[in-house]
Amino acid sequence: MSKDKKQEPLFRVENLSQYFNVGRKQVLKAVDQMSFNVYKGETLGLVGESGCGKSTTGRCLVKLNQPTSGQVYYRDKDIFKQTREEEKNFRKNVQMIFQNPHSSLNPRMTVKDIVGSGMKRHGVCTEQDVDAKVEALLKRVGLNRDHISRFPHEFSGGQKQRIGIARALSVNPEFIVCDEPISALDVSIQAQVLNMLKELQDELGLTYLFIAHDLSVVKYISDRVIVMYLGTIVEYSDAEELYRNPLHPYTQVLLSSIPVADPKAVKEKQRIMVKGEIPSPINPPDCCRFAERCPYTTDICREEIPTLREVSSCHFVACHRIS
Amino acid sequence: MDDTKNNILEINHVEFSFRTYGGTVKSVRDVSFNVREGEVLGIVGESGCGKSVTAQCILRLNPEPPGFFEGGSIKYRGEEITTKKDKEMRKIRGMEIGFIFQDPMTSLNPTMKVGRQIEEVFVGRENISRKEVKQKTLEILQLVGINEPERRYNQYPHELSGGMKQRVMIAIALVGRPSIIIADEPTTSLDVTIEAQILDLLKELQQKTHTSIIMITHDLGVIAKMCDRVIVMYGGKIMEKGTAEEIFYETAHPYTAGLIKSIATLDTDRNQALVPIEGTPPDLFSPPHGCPFAARCDFAMQVCYDDLPEEYRLSDEHVTTCWLQHEYAPKVAIMMREIEEAAHE
Amino acid sequence: MSETTKTVSRDQFKILGKSVEKMESIARPSLTFWKEVWRRIRLNRVAYFSLILLVAYVLLAIIAPLVSPYKFDQQDASAMREGFSAAHWLGTDNLGRDLWVRVWMGARVSLAIGFIAAIINSVIGTILGGFCGFYGGKLDMLVMRIIDVIYGIPSLIVCILVMVVLGPGIQSLIVAMVVVGWTGTCRFTRGEVYRIKEQDFVAAARVMGEPTFKIIIREIIPNIMGLLITNLTMAIPGAIFQEAFLSYIGLGIAPPNASWGVLAKEGAKMLQVAPHMLFVPAFFICTTVLALNQLGNGMRDAFDPKLRGTE
Repeated sequence: MSKDKKQEPLFRVENLSQYFNVGRKQVLKAVDQMSFNVYKGETLGLVGESGCGKSTTGRCLVKLNQPTSGQVYYRDKDIFKQTREEEKNFRKNVQMIFQNPHSSLNPRMTVKDIVGSGMKRHGVCTEQDVDAKVEALLKRVGLNRDHISRFPHEFSGGQKQRIGIARALSVNPEFIVCDEPISALDVSIQAQVLNMLKELQDELGLTYLFIAHDLSVVKYISDRVIVMYLGTIVEYSDAEELYRNPLHPYTQVLLSSIPVADPKAVKEKQRIMVKGEIPSPINPPDCCRFAERCPYTTDICREEIPTLREVSSCHFVACHRIS
Repeated sequence: MDDTKNNILEINHVEFSFRTYGGTVKSVRDVSFNVREGEVLGIVGESGCGKSVTAQCILRLNPEPPGFFEGGSIKYRGEEITTKKDKEMRKIRGMEIGFIFQDPMTSLNPTMKVGRQIEEVFVGRENISRKEVKQKTLEILQLVGINEPERRYNQYPHELSGGMKQRVMIAIALVGRPSIIIADEPTTSLDVTIEAQILDLLKELQQKTHTSIIMITHDLGVIAKMCDRVIVMYGGKIMEKGTAEEIFYETAHPYTAGLIKSIATLDTDRNQALVPIEGTPPDLFSPPHGCPFAARCDFAMQVCYDDLPEEYRLSDEHVTTCWLQHEYAPKVAIMMREIEEAAHE
Repeated sequence: MSETTKTVSRDQFKILGKSVEKMESIARPSLTFWKEVWRRIRLNRVAYFSLILLVAYVLLAIIAPLVSPYKFDQQDASAMREGFSAAHWLGTDNLGRDLWVRVWMGARVSLAIGFIAAIINSVIGTILGGFCGFYGGKLDMLVMRIIDVIYGIPSLIVCILVMVVLGPGIQSLIVAMVVVGWTGTCRFTRGEVYRIKEQDFVAAARVMGEPTFKIIIREIIPNIMGLLITNLTMAIPGAIFQEAFLSYIGLGIAPPNASWGVLAKEGAKMLQVAPHMLFVPAFFICTTVLALNQLGNGMRDAFDPKLRGTE
């Protein structure tokens, strides 16, 4: 199932590339020619391991990085060519939840300032109402009113992350980039935050770009999923379809590597082995990036870059084996 | 009763605390368990539960001050090690009991070659020549799956990837052929494909060398894959212990049940809400009177807030510390997702 | 099932469930940043004692010459080179001047020059370092190269050259010290600003649409304040010592004005005959520098968030 495709996408990303010069003739291709759409109301999962470029992509979408090439369109307007008015509107409607709860809150500001300052700037409420609104938001994320004048260091990781969520919500955004929002949290707290994100989405009609490396979590929360490897998209489709029928070898490897919390199932599971380490994104080869580790590599894999092709309804794969 | 013949490590009523400005933080409050030869024992719990501090107590790795050992006994092969002098502890570290630290990025000395760091385990030992030490080092590099051991021996940590660094950590832990290895969240900072490789490696090595492993983690998936027996900790105390099957399929403690219910697995239905454990772990600066989990427990009773529960033995291995096992307590099905059904079952 | 050894009653066993207030509680008392810092300095006995000592010196510098029966340039031929006595607490110098008064007059000069030079250095260094760290680019490169050049030349030589050009006096002394002194703070501030700029909370402020100047004021400056103050405290002893040295070699304050350096110079000449004339100013220079360093160390620890909760 996928959200109504006939509607215009909220975000359109075309040939996004982010390259960094890290030395003489060494180019780190963090993101390489990525194109995808995000539709209103959906959760698009972006999954991959370290170095795949998912965080960089997310940061481009909120204008924290200026891409080397490519365009990002929000409601059909290029976000890197905005007027001041458009930018202000963008900042209100597009927010981010950060991965590390311990560095995403200003240690010298109280919770009230952290959550309330955005509200004041974007005129979401008046000066007198700020306190009440901050309290309401904190309550919504499971904290209480005596937390309002405390400082970040007094809270646990899970609580800090919830404060971060409250901050993102404070300006009534339309779209939130969730950059590994639960990776740094304990297991039982992850469930709290995930549930909360889902409820908020239903309540407020939010759209999420959910970036994570944990496939089980991504499957649970996403409508569609993009699998990234070394800066490129290797596969994307609806969430159910991806997990039911993973086509790209890397997706298959990822799925079989997840540690399953069930001793009997562990014994029965077939592991798909992958060789070696994750290669560096510096000066990647001009062929399939996964070729050197893939269990099914053939000659053409080492010569040509595979293109992203639609293999079945809304299921795209970039692999020479699948044609 | 625990089969005491096979125990190589016996931990009894250990208490460890830290002095802070607000008072004393009781990180480990009366923890007792045993480790047998050749088994993999998992200690699972969330941050602040005391699992790392407990493990570090065994080898006296906690900073003292501000930490201090409040009481209890730790016996290695029948011998009390809490009273040993530092010099004697150094003999135990690396050779008898090894330790794999969590973050290989920061646990390896960036200015020292890999080979030398592994050889450091042998510093100060008599009866072993330099040649033998290098030999052992190369062998262990091969054993942990590092190809071209001669080349890697001369490299610095920054030249290795994350997975390789962790293999080096495992090599350091194993080279002295210890009887026990304590692995403190060894795969938490690794990518999932590399994690799978490292866990496979550990399992293989464990079977080959018959070393006992104490596996500390917050990931129930790792527990399911690796461990024979499991200890569940919360708020500085042990909530439940048993075999892996008992913990997963005959869960007796609401906290363990909560952990299992809150995980999203590949089978979790998207339309079903996860069942989280509401709230936050207790601040051990002033630990609650009764059961540390009471404030977050769906089945908490007045007695849970008033008094610490006792241990109840459910089978040879399976022990749970919970008032629900008392004869006065109502029968509940703690694994049920809907609380109403559970409470009236 | 084991027998329970605790006395319990049946009505304690009704299911109540979780407690909403208890499950999110924070037990520790809340302290603001400055209260927390002060508390930690107080706990550090050496730093606290150093602070008290310095405050005492400052007070004495202000008050002692005012209440003393002697004037600092009052000569007394009948009481030359005398040791400690009831009439002259720290003895007299070779012209019969009371050393107690001269020490505290000298303290005014030395401490003032130390503080002023350090403050000017810090201000210049912070502003420049802040720009470099925040904006990077060509300005950053230019400033860093200038600093490299300055570091390459021994600072005392520069000081001496400046003094020779500008002539003796307190203003030229301060100018000389500032010319070389701003570099340390600049480098340090640049590093700190750069580090903080990369933190997620600054990114969050940008995503929230906060304009750059607001980011500098609300996000960056408060987070470097602590270390800036520490740096300032550590810069003062260097300045004091530098002044002492310059005066000692004759390039600083000219007699009959006193600074500790001048007193030391006069004392050195009389070392064989009246050693107290050297030891007294030397004692005060040393204890001041030591106290400032210890206070600086204590402040650095007090501002360090990682050390929170471990004392």
